Amino acid sequence: MLDKLFSSQAVAEALRIIQNEFPLAVWETFYVTVISTAIAIVIGLPLGVMLVVGEKNGVLPLPKWLMHVLNVVINLLRSVPFLILMIMLIPFTRLIVGTSVGTVASIVPLVIAAFPFVARLAESSLRELNPNIIETAQSMGASPMQIIVRVMIPESIPSLLSNATISITTILGYSAMSGICGGGGLGKIAINYGYYRYKYLVMLLAVILLIILVQIFQSVGTRLATKADKRLKN
Amino acid sequence: MIEIRNLTKSFQSGNDTVEALKNVSLTIPDGDIYGIIGMSGAGKSTLVRCINMLERPTSGTVIIDGQDMGSLSTAELRAARRNITMIFQGFNLLMQRDCLSNICFPLELAGVKKAAAKKRALELLEVVGLPDKAKAYPAQLSGGQQQRIAIARALATNPKVLLCDEATSALDPKTTHSILNLIRDINRELGITAIVITHQMSVVEEICQHVAILDNGVVVEEGEVGTIFANPQSPEAKRLVFPDGSNEILPAEPGEKRIRVVFNGALATGTPLIATMAMEENIAANILFASTRSIGDKVYGNMLLGIPDGEKNLPKAAAYLQSIADVVVEEVLPNA
Repeated sequence: MLDKLFSSQAVAEALRIIQNEFPLAVWETFYVTVISTAIAIVIGLPLGVMLVVGEKNGVLPLPKWLMHVLNVVINLLRSVPFLILMIMLIPFTRLIVGTSVGTVASIVPLVIAAFPFVARLAESSLRELNPNIIETAQSMGASPMQIIVRVMIPESIPSLLSNATISITTILGYSAMSGICGGGGLGKIAINYGYYRYKYLVMLLAVILLIILVQIFQSVGTRLATKADKRLKN
Repeated sequence: MIEIRNLTKSFQSGNDTVEALKNVSLTIPDGDIYGIIGMSGAGKSTLVRCINMLERPTSGTVIIDGQDMGSLSTAELRAARRNITMIFQGFNLLMQRDCLSNICFPLELAGVKKAAAKKRALELLEVVGLPDKAKAYPAQLSGGQQQRIAIARALATNPKVLLCDEATSALDPKTTHSILNLIRDINRELGITAIVITHQMSVVEEICQHVAILDNGVVVEEGEVGTIFANPQSPEAKRLVFPDGSNEILPAEPGEKRIRVVFNGALATGTPLIATMAMEENIAANILFASTRSIGDKVYGNMLLGIPDGEKNLPKAAAYLQSIADVVVEEVLPNA
């Protein structure tokens, strides 16, 4: 098995594929992941804030039905496996992007799958905040918006950054999965060559590159979160 | 002046209603340092939060300088809270901001221009004695220093009232002392009324002029600190003033009679009272319990004395002790 995998013919072929296709694939995976995460945060962070402040005893209580709808939508989207969600969203993607195939098109299902996840992570970050800090801001006459913008979010930055790192690595994994349904990037290469054409060496290399990307995102994220945390200054 | 009238606050927990405050009425004069003392769960923190409406009273009113706090609109209340600021047991500084911008925070909320806020914050760092900590983060400071920054932050908006919610309870005795001194200085120099919530009698005795004793949501005793120290009336006050229980003393010797000697601000610091009584009246009193404190140059507190051969000696001892100004003597009957 191993000598077959590393036969001179297989290695030569793999090298050719790497040269021709990997640079673009790495770039596609990278930008799809970053853009999807960015859009997911733009949608998910405000929802996460709403989940915390909108509660009955929250800073800015929201109507009960709205909180209910929000929770149900988030839970629904979170319970559909990504692969199935992507297939279900094909008509929707076509409506927005004009096509359901290709790298750009894969951003749509990625965002839809990721923003509820981001909202839940943001919620848990904001809940970590010491409630006394919020009471203190109230005792100084802070309005609900001032508490959200000047207290809750800035005080939660380190935790939010850690959770953003979790999001981006998860979305990277999803983006590889989107290769099955016409998405581009390393996932597509791994599936097309490894699964459909039995070129395991190519698949292996694609997976190694995915691992390296995850490592890079994780270590940059961890460093940013640690650096941002003023509690760790000594 | 702060007037609290018939304040009641109850909390709903499941089907039970817990009454945290029951018909509390207090008047706190301007420029006072007013202590509110009680055991854990007595309702002190709820009471102080009703003053700035962090907790809405169930009934009753809080009137500050003629303004009924309960009747204010949300926006008016936010503005009023800049006049009644608060410090806390846990300091509650913003951990991701440095000290300077922590002090600027309430000014930022009030819409003060950045440069003006910074200038004010730097002044306040001087006031609290930490001028070199502008760029330090709270996590780099000790507890006492964090509380100083919190005090500076509370002073930023030039308040009239400073609410101190167990502000020294997380600090060691020496730091407590220095923070209390700072609160007293602020009270004297800026004329800010301070309301000090605490469970420590030592805090009240150190800086307060008036005190209210809160027990189970009820004010059981209220008045000048000296008076209450010298002669606590309610069992709750007695428990706080004499935590060891002055009534649980050894059984009396045959023929012994007991008197309580109350020092009600007597100028007795330099006089060894019991020793001179032994020499001049030839009565060798047995000190069974003593709890006296000097506040300024006056002595407050009480002593329980056993007088041997009481039938004969008691009137003499009582007459001798009572000849000193501001000393009150009463006989303690057995089982009383």
